[in-house]
Amino acid sequence: MAALLNRRTVISGFILLALVFPFLTKNSYVLHILTLAFIWMIAVYGLNLLAGYTGYLSLAHAGFFAIGAYSLGILTVKVGMNYWLAFLSSLIITCILGLLIGLIALRTKEHFFAIYTLCVGYIIYLVIDKWDGLTGGVRGLIGIPVPAGFGPLSFEKPLSQYYLILFFLLLTVLMVYRIVHSLSGRTFIAIRNSEELAKTLGIATMKNKLMVFVLSTLFAGLAGVLYASFIRFIGPDIGYITITFDLLMYLLVGGIGTLAGPIVGTLLIVWVSQSLQFLQDYRMLIFGPLLTLLIIFYPRGIIGAFYEWKIKRQEKKRMRALIKNHKDAEFPTANSVPDKKVKEG
Amino acid sequence: MLELKGLSVSYGSFTAIESIDVLVQKGEIVVLLGSNGAGKSTTFKAISGLEKPRKGEILFEGKSIDSRSPGRIVESGIVQCAEGRKLFPKMSVSENLIMGAYVHRKNKKAIKQSIKHVYELFPILYEKKENAAGSLSGGQQQMLAIGRALMAKPKLMLLDEPSIGLAPLIVEQMFEVIQQINEEGTTILLAEQNANAALGIASKGYVFESGSIVVQGTSEELLSDDSVRKAYIGA
Repeated sequence: MAALLNRRTVISGFILLALVFPFLTKNSYVLHILTLAFIWMIAVYGLNLLAGYTGYLSLAHAGFFAIGAYSLGILTVKVGMNYWLAFLSSLIITCILGLLIGLIALRTKEHFFAIYTLCVGYIIYLVIDKWDGLTGGVRGLIGIPVPAGFGPLSFEKPLSQYYLILFFLLLTVLMVYRIVHSLSGRTFIAIRNSEELAKTLGIATMKNKLMVFVLSTLFAGLAGVLYASFIRFIGPDIGYITITFDLLMYLLVGGIGTLAGPIVGTLLIVWVSQSLQFLQDYRMLIFGPLLTLLIIFYPRGIIGAFYEWKIKRQEKKRMRALIKNHKDAEFPTANSVPDKKVKEG
Repeated sequence: MLELKGLSVSYGSFTAIESIDVLVQKGEIVVLLGSNGAGKSTTFKAISGLEKPRKGEILFEGKSIDSRSPGRIVESGIVQCAEGRKLFPKMSVSENLIMGAYVHRKNKKAIKQSIKHVYELFPILYEKKENAAGSLSGGQQQMLAIGRALMAKPKLMLLDEPSIGLAPLIVEQMFEVIQQINEEGTTILLAEQNANAALGIASKGYVFESGSIVVQGTSEELLSDDSVRKAYIGA
């Protein structure tokens, strides 16, 4: 019970901090970076569902992020659709494309799945880059509108955008939390554990994998849509492989297959890479070895390491209590005389 | 209840089982004997739909099931308890059991009853219901694997080497429980290397050797068969 209360206070503390944060800093650049980090977090949660909980590492994630962003861009700028209608349509478009790609991609497994999705991601990037007529090619799309306001609410200012994106992030976390703690979540974990075993329990693995694949593209798409209307300019770069690996790095550092991992990893890496800005691309000389060490020693990231430490501590406590009880009760002390003498010979 | 007619399964060019015939009647315990690689597990995989047969037919309650998906086969009442106590090691004991009732997931009340039944059968699982499955001892893990298979309310349970790697005393308990499950109305098809114990509770058996059935008969016949005694009982 104490642990639960503890966790609840920690979570509400963080939410509160996120809510008052804009009033603690007058620096608009910090707010901008934090808002961007929130967007990445939403995408990382999508990747976490698929790679972390179901065990299918998709490297097409940035592709779906770009599909979401470009759908919104094209629908608002070129078609002139109402903002929130375009918002919804973009998510639907991303999911439909996710479903079609998932249908084929999920016939492969493990490394092959990763390589296949890597190719798919690159093809998505190429299509965006080369299809001048639709996407504007390398010039990209300019002048994407900010989210339209509801009644008195408007999202013109960076501060209001910060809250809007925070709202979507919290919604994402809540959704993922509900999914992971439901039977569906356990079904995904069962598939990660052993697909054959899952099948012998009567789980329709293909259906479940497809569901989680589409869900993960939904979150990638949502992040893309928010990105497009936050930055208001998009180029083909947002669909490039490096974005996928950035997202993957956030997930690995924070803790793959954990609920808090995406938040911790994204915040940490974004913060560190901002503070090491003066090193330019040589930053990677620091990141590379650090990441390698992390994967070797803490394969489940920072959050995973934290849980391991907690379990070990509990176990130690339990053992100590056990030994203490035994000492009082039945362990013979040094002074006591053994009942029987050991027979020799 | 279950009938395999001329069943063959191959992995690529390698023939794992070659035209075997097996008949299991309702309420029986039937044992498949054979050493490692004789084809027992492949037979099980074919029955539960994980491997598609190359030739032959699998009939369950008179209907052919060899084109059904594994999920549909579980729904129709055949549940496999895989070899090597495959569990979900990070999930708790009770979560493992609930996963076993996946095909009945809409019926919460029935799941509660099944869990109660499993805990009655294996009281130790009730004591450890919150523990991670991976932290259990070998015997307890095997109990959990059987318990999880029971959660799907099988008409026919396929048990793949339940005694493997367990202490003799635990093996004895395990076979007692298998007998009890059988008496409660579940038909059991058992794959075993421990011929003595298995034939003790089974009504008939089939002996596998490199993919074919070489000897078959009632338990008494097999126990008195010289070749079987030599190969599997060691007397």
